[in-house]
Amino acid sequence: MTDYDVLMVGAGHNGLVCAHALAKSGRKVLMLEAGDVAGGCAATREFAPGFSVSSCAQWLTQLSPRVMDSMSLVDHGLQFAARDLASVSLAEDGDHLVLRGAKLEGANISAEDQLAYEDFSARMMRFTKILAKAFSTRAPKLVESNFADRLTLIKLGLGLKLLGKNDMNDLMRIILINMYDVMEENFDHPRLKALLSLDGMLGSHMGPRSPNTVFGYLYRRVGNLFGYDGPAQLRGGMGALADAMVASCKAAGVEIRCGEAVASIDSEAGQVTGVTLASGEQFSGKLVVSNVDPVTTFQYLVGYRNLETGVVRSVSNIRNKSGTAKLHLALSGLPSFAGLSAELTGHRLVIAPDMNYAERAFNAVKYSEYSKEPVMDISIPTVNDPGLAPDGQHVISAIVQFAPHEPEGGWDGHRQAFTDIVLDLLERYAPGIRGLVTASELLTPQDLEKEFGMTGGHWHHGELSLDQVMMMRPFHGANQYSTPVNGLYLCGAGSHPGGGVMGLAGLNAANEIIKRVGAA
Amino acid sequence: MAGADERMLLTTPFHSRVAAACETNCWGNWKGYTTPNSYIDVELEYFAIRSTTGVFDLSPMGKYRVTGPDAEAYLNRLITRDVSKIREKRVGYTVWCDDEGQVLDDGTIFHLGPNDYRICAYARAIDWLLWSAEGFDVCVEEETQNVAALAVQGPTSCAALMAMGLSGLDALKPFGIEYFDFEGEQLMVSRTGFTGDLGYELWIAPEKAEDLWDRLFAAGAPHIIKPFGMEALEMARIETGFIQAGVDFIPAEETIRQGRSRSPFELGLDWLVDLNKPVFNGRKALLDEKSRGSRYRFAILDVAGNKPANNSFILKNGKQVGVVTSAAWCPTAKTNVALAQLEMPHGAIGEELVAEIYYQRELHWTKVNAPCKVLESPVFDPPRRRQTPALPY
Ligand SMILES: Cc1cc2nc3c(=O)[nH]c(=O)nc-3n(C[C@H](O)[C@H](O)[C@H](O)COP(=O)(O)OP(=O)(O)OC[C@H]3O[C@@H](n4cnc5c(N)ncnc54)[C@H](O)[C@@H]3O)c2cc1C
Repeated sequence: MTDYDVLMVGAGHNGLVCAHALAKSGRKVLMLEAGDVAGGCAATREFAPGFSVSSCAQWLTQLSPRVMDSMSLVDHGLQFAARDLASVSLAEDGDHLVLRGAKLEGANISAEDQLAYEDFSARMMRFTKILAKAFSTRAPKLVESNFADRLTLIKLGLGLKLLGKNDMNDLMRIILINMYDVMEENFDHPRLKALLSLDGMLGSHMGPRSPNTVFGYLYRRVGNLFGYDGPAQLRGGMGALADAMVASCKAAGVEIRCGEAVASIDSEAGQVTGVTLASGEQFSGKLVVSNVDPVTTFQYLVGYRNLETGVVRSVSNIRNKSGTAKLHLALSGLPSFAGLSAELTGHRLVIAPDMNYAERAFNAVKYSEYSKEPVMDISIPTVNDPGLAPDGQHVISAIVQFAPHEPEGGWDGHRQAFTDIVLDLLERYAPGIRGLVTASELLTPQDLEKEFGMTGGHWHHGELSLDQVMMMRPFHGANQYSTPVNGLYLCGAGSHPGGGVMGLAGLNAANEIIKRVGAA
Repeated sequence: MAGADERMLLTTPFHSRVAAACETNCWGNWKGYTTPNSYIDVELEYFAIRSTTGVFDLSPMGKYRVTGPDAEAYLNRLITRDVSKIREKRVGYTVWCDDEGQVLDDGTIFHLGPNDYRICAYARAIDWLLWSAEGFDVCVEEETQNVAALAVQGPTSCAALMAMGLSGLDALKPFGIEYFDFEGEQLMVSRTGFTGDLGYELWIAPEKAEDLWDRLFAAGAPHIIKPFGMEALEMARIETGFIQAGVDFIPAEETIRQGRSRSPFELGLDWLVDLNKPVFNGRKALLDEKSRGSRYRFAILDVAGNKPANNSFILKNGKQVGVVTSAAWCPTAKTNVALAQLEMPHGAIGEELVAEIYYQRELHWTKVNAPCKVLESPVFDPPRRRQTPALPY
């Protein structure tokens, strides 16, 4: 029995965006979310009494303005605590390098590097425009004489043409190489090179010398076109985005049930028939949209037995190995970083002294070990948003790379050791910080996998690399949000364009469903 | 049985006997194994199959064992037929397809016992079979080298085998399986084959292969038993209308160019496809093809004259509409048969076409435009092929 036009599995931010658009198109939408709250990786959680933190994604860097507007998120309570933050590449001696917009300060940065960065940044923005265009619509089909798709291809081609011959050649060249080489071509300052290459590595299983890091960098810079001249921080943490989206969805008539894990997406003869909850409750429906990552969706929810072998092969080949952990600290006071102004403490703090340091950090994870000296992307959100902790106290939220899915012997024997490594590292930059720590929480890729229901625990629900983007995302045959199972669609980070708190996967998916299934 | 040198072809468990019998010393490479193209004389070998008994070493045939609680479910997802209809101790001919509904291979499924099956296939299939096992509680193992096999085919085959001590064999129905004791080792016999005649296939542990060969030829002597090679088999199978993977179609995983593979419908194998099964590889694509129409049609042609129409173009009103994939002058049916791939809508039963046959004598090429006609059924299909009990000729 069902009264719903659409059953949604998972209510991450992409799911919420998708549900909202489908509800606006006149459909009755039910969302089934395993977690206690909606939002998925866009969440705020109290990890120690009185101390809350964005429990997964911490910086808003690329939320699509189309999503902001169509969901009227500001009207539904979304507030920024800070915008256009600087990125500070920390130095142990306190001579930090600060990147604000396109301006570099400190650390004896040369005039040449400053000029080179302005030129580099302008060039990257031209490339990014092309990506942003492609990200705003479904990926073109690989081989099919479908008029609308060819139009997209032409548009994409047009974009490339507009670049001019030199730029086009340059894009085609650098996209196939790696951040290390590109940085070496352009800059001198070791910390500048490391800071920028980190943006190409974040959330990925890659070091500065890995291919695909240039794509990762450009992907992130798409945020500049969406109005983010540096990371932003939401009041109340990333969960505030989920709250605003939930409010917007409810206003549009979406029904959201949390704490209801879907155990299976049911199908018969290649047609989706509904979903069954872990509780045993069943919902029948001819249209199911999964916000869950593709591997979980196909392997565990649909089940390989209900798919053809070629699909199974494609799903098994998805590379979703993560190397990203999250560290949360409760602090009895504001830590003081050597040489850092109080104002900058609330910005993005990065530990990545040089590219070889970052490469060595990555080396470890290739062998399922954690870095002895990890790279870190640190936020002290309480500087801009004191409400997250008791008066005068603070929290730290940090992205830590690299940590394996599972080190030898399992995480139990390593959790404290890795936490100590990270705390010792912080101590080098902020002497005395260890003494301020009153509680800590380390979320390894395995923990993230469990908490957010994503196989592999990967930032993008599957690596963002040239073999897994655009019409190859998540794989050929499921690349336009529809899947080999009739009536089952994907709308999460695992589909085009990919992850990050952006919302375009969800929005594109909704548009595709409306186009294919017709107005309700 | 790997050769001392890795570049050497493998030999089968019967090799010592096969080599001794192979007077022509004419060998071929069958999927990595050295196998005789002929033993004495192709015509003689062919007539052994059709008039008395011929023996063929089919050990190189790819063999895969599928066991476990999900064996039936696994096979049902793999192949196009409904596996539950292949009862225990029965064999089923089938094809399997990729997701695009293109044939990967044809072969036979042996239902050996509860949750226990063997797949016999032309192409090396283990990679695809293992991928297909993801999500199923099954064990899939290659056993090509663990089982020696002989095909014993022809009107006196049953009598010869009974003379070897397989009593009661005459009661075995076509596509049935029976087990016998052979010198303390299990001998499996299936009433199957690739010649379209009364015939059996024998399956045994490699250690017993030579003994089996010796006893079979000793007991079969009065029934005029002879070994036959690839070429005689080729004549027999064309005569009876069996397609051959790698010849009449290219296994889909081996094709490189778009559109060169074939669906079961395009190979005349509609009867093997059960679209009522809810899930199997290629189902979606085959449903589409059903509604959209196929690109090609398989046809058995009766070609005028006695020049085999190998590699011929097939013409209609002077325009090319197809190609011949296999052809032979078939002595028993006294028909010049060709198996052909015709572009739709050609190939309806009775349609008259022309085969453009090229042949040369001393480098002098001649072209014959031979009229031909689409047959309704294979030209060789004797009642004894199905008769049970099998008659002692
Ligand atoms: C450590 C880490 C740090 C990150 N930091 C940032 C950052 O700073 N900035 C940024 O932009 N991005 C960041 N990201 C990436 C970003 O968080 C994700 O790409 C994005 O949130 C994914 O959104 P989604 O809606 O597609 O999927 P998700 O948020 O993963 O939503 C999927 C939802 O499905 C639910 N679900 C799963 N299984 C089931 C089931 N069986 N039944 C019902 N529901 C189910 C989950 O509970 C979840 O709510 C980070 C990612 C990680 C892992």
